[in-house]
Amino acid sequence: MAARDRIAEPWGTRTPYAAGESWPVRVDTHLDEGLAPEDVDRWVQTASILHSNGDGLDVAVKDGRIAGVRGRAADRVNHGRLGVKDLYGWQANGSADRLTRPLIRQDGELVETDWDTAMERIVSRTRELQQEQGASAIGFYTTGQLFAEEYYTLGLVAHGGLGTNHVDGNTRLCTATAAAALKESFACDGQPGSYTDIDHADVIVLYGHNMAETQSVLWMRVLDRLAGPNPPQVICVDPRPTEVARYASVHLAPRPGTNVALMNGLLHEIIAHGWVDQDYLDAHTVGYAELQKRVEEYTPEHVGQICDVPAEQIREAASIIGGADRLLSTVLQGFYQSNQATAAAVQVNNVHLVRGMLGKPGCGLLQMNGQPTAQNTRECGGDGDLPGFRNWSNDAHVEDLARVWNVETSRIPHYSPPTHVMQMMRYVEDGSIRMLWVSGTNPAVSLPELGRIRSILEQDRLFLVVQDIFMSETAQLADVVLPAATWGEKTGTFTNVDRTVHLSEKAVEPPGEAKPDLDIFLDYARRLDLRDKDGEPLVTWHDPESAFEAWKECTRGRPCDYTGISYDKLRGGSGIQWPCNEENPEGTERLYEDGRFWSDPQYCESYGKDLVTGAPLEPAEYKAMNPDAKAVIKAASYLPPHEVTSEEFPLQLITGRTLYHFHTRTKTARAPQLQKAAPTVWVELSSVDAAAQGIDEGDLAEVATPRGTVQAHARVTGIRPGVVFLPFHYGYWDASDGHDPDQTGRAANELTITDWDAASKQPIFKTAAARVTRLEAGDGPSSAPTNTASAPVSDIDRHTAGDQTARADEDLEHSVTGGQR
Amino acid sequence: MRIGLVLHELHRSENDLAQELLHASERHKVDHSIYHLGRDLAAWSQAHVREIAEIGKSYGQDLDPEPKSELTTLRRIQERGSELLGRKGFTELTLLYDLREIYVKACGVSADWEMLAQAAQGIQAMDLLATVQRCHPDTLRQMKWANAMIKENSTQILIS
Repeated sequence: MAARDRIAEPWGTRTPYAAGESWPVRVDTHLDEGLAPEDVDRWVQTASILHSNGDGLDVAVKDGRIAGVRGRAADRVNHGRLGVKDLYGWQANGSADRLTRPLIRQDGELVETDWDTAMERIVSRTRELQQEQGASAIGFYTTGQLFAEEYYTLGLVAHGGLGTNHVDGNTRLCTATAAAALKESFACDGQPGSYTDIDHADVIVLYGHNMAETQSVLWMRVLDRLAGPNPPQVICVDPRPTEVARYASVHLAPRPGTNVALMNGLLHEIIAHGWVDQDYLDAHTVGYAELQKRVEEYTPEHVGQICDVPAEQIREAASIIGGADRLLSTVLQGFYQSNQATAAAVQVNNVHLVRGMLGKPGCGLLQMNGQPTAQNTRECGGDGDLPGFRNWSNDAHVEDLARVWNVETSRIPHYSPPTHVMQMMRYVEDGSIRMLWVSGTNPAVSLPELGRIRSILEQDRLFLVVQDIFMSETAQLADVVLPAATWGEKTGTFTNVDRTVHLSEKAVEPPGEAKPDLDIFLDYARRLDLRDKDGEPLVTWHDPESAFEAWKECTRGRPCDYTGISYDKLRGGSGIQWPCNEENPEGTERLYEDGRFWSDPQYCESYGKDLVTGAPLEPAEYKAMNPDAKAVIKAASYLPPHEVTSEEFPLQLITGRTLYHFHTRTKTARAPQLQKAAPTVWVELSSVDAAAQGIDEGDLAEVATPRGTVQAHARVTGIRPGVVFLPFHYGYWDASDGHDPDQTGRAANELTITDWDAASKQPIFKTAAARVTRLEAGDGPSSAPTNTASAPVSDIDRHTAGDQTARADEDLEHSVTGGQR
Repeated sequence: MRIGLVLHELHRSENDLAQELLHASERHKVDHSIYHLGRDLAAWSQAHVREIAEIGKSYGQDLDPEPKSELTTLRRIQERGSELLGRKGFTELTLLYDLREIYVKACGVSADWEMLAQAAQGIQAMDLLATVQRCHPDTLRQMKWANAMIKENSTQILIS
């Protein structure tokens, strides 16, 4: 066993393997200083919650507290490996500044109280609003951090109990486009592929997906293939010089906002050269003729001009994709948070459809998620959908849900799609939503145009409930703060991008009076005395396992069928991929193996939308496409972004996540090794743009857009000229001026625009016109990481590394015992 | 032949629809989807105005290829007030009214395109038919958008 500084070497030791072989096991462990594995009292099974990969791991418990983590060798997702966020992030659970008692606002101040007082205040306000206005006054905004059981309960309480249509998750910010794109093409939001497709692929294309930093364990799998015999070719689409770009055969760095043009260019080449599977198209798709026509004008030269990418590179990338035998594509925020998000992601689906590359080993398509339980918000009705992938515009589906819940159909709002968070904020702004319950997320840092969001959340007329584990920027504005238990302190399941369901067991007690989110929602339902149509209690469950059993019943016969899974079955071995039922008792590795899709109008999850206007298709329009069991190919023309550069704002600003931090840094900043690796906000710009402004590495710069300013130290990198990048993690909870910056903003969202993709309703964080100006010289290089996409172009004599406590063990000899691959 | 008359009318009504979309966009700047989509969809009608003017020449029509200019400064200033009023709750009802107006106007435009399509087929004017086939789907999408936005917004606005 060897110990390594995983801050300095985030991807650890290579274990090379060849195409078709099994990915070797490597068990990563990080324990409290001085604690040996044999000293640990108990190992408790769970999975990663700080990114969407779903890595299986065990929590080490020592003297009733969490004292470390170890990867699960038998888990199909990670084969024992852990990413940096998991190796160190667990320490946040034990922070001294956890919320331990409920708080209520009195005379303008938040003061400690007991649960009865806090809950009664929420319940009485709920009742008042129900009487005055009805359920339309109440909204719920949740997170990608809860468990399936909790989302399902929240969905029932909100939709079936109160009857409000205002329920959304912050997965809206990271993953709504994945769902929308899958629904457009396949009429169902489920990933077709499997992570094992990396073991088989001969070409891997990453579209706007900085896998090395967002899903570092999956990237280790790619690195291990690249280090082995017959490695795959990698194509990277990203304006930044990411680690992925370093390993790519072709790195396309398009101008932000031009993804649809680029995709149309690739499709143009693929079709023009006849690299299409005509038999597959004829048998399993509709809409190909329209695509053929639409991409005709998108020649590499034309596209090259729009995207500012050499035409030759587009040809080369297209020929690699066109020549692939086993093509794996992954998509993430570079597409989802950019102009024409859904249209661009759908074109990636189209590449797979025209090439007939679905449902076979190596032919994966992963419309990635940003958060670990993002898939569950979508499945359970926490993210603008009805539970069990039911179609809100299909009356039979709503009736079926009413049967499962034993309520009148009319009680479930389905007159229009569930309200997305940006629209909810608008309703709060105009005063028609008067109570907002935020659980486990931090909109005062994570939503676009923070000046506006602050002014909305600060309003006196809004009753704001915040349920969290720390005093976040949003919690500082709340009327009631509820202290929640988190990962490791409660039990539940969650599902990753390749549909793998993991069980996360309670390892330790939550601090003080903090409670699991499930218990809080159950308590709220009980105090409101919510009833079903027979007058019995609406919520029939009382703990995680009974909630899971109820959720299983809700999924019966739906694509995300969980009926074959139980807590017992998830214990001990590996996670299991849905659908798992009588027909597929061990789960299902790949969807659509027979080329049959869940697109029957009576069964499909969605009838689709107009990709430009977002208007839902009517059932008759959908049926007219004759999609029965076929995938739908939807073409799209390129449209320029809504905000373009000008003399005043000549640059394009993109924001994004980075290796060492997660979301708004509430947890990762409380892990010393992670915080030290990326302690403060920075701004990345190219040497060309830096020189134009007289900016040197480390200088203090001001980034401005029409909405605000941020001050950050400059990092000069290989990012494409004309583009500046800000990491979005940094807010104000650990700054001196609280949630509201006085002059010097550091949250990237001070600058982002209020605009969203019309089809997925995902905010567009990667389109803002900006300028950067030098404020003063720095006292050395920027503190940005040097071993990621933020690597400096020139040697700055500074290297990201950890101290003694960052050393983590890697066991390469570990033999797998039990569990499936 | 009365095709010229229909083209003349269509030219007027597409201009009118574009203006209506732009007005709604300015008036509801704080409703960001109306603001952005209103402008996007106005651009479609403006493109149609150019196409109609072009094909109009063949049917004896001298139509201005330039769409009516964007909103006047005065109008802009008046509507800038919408941002300030955005929290008072008065603008929500006008939002529904404006969407209804867009929907009705787009329906009218759609009917005009239908008429033209019928006439074009009658005299086998393939270039005119091609124009209709290019433009009419946009109009239908404008209609559906307005209709969808009415559906999405009515409940909250009318019951709160």
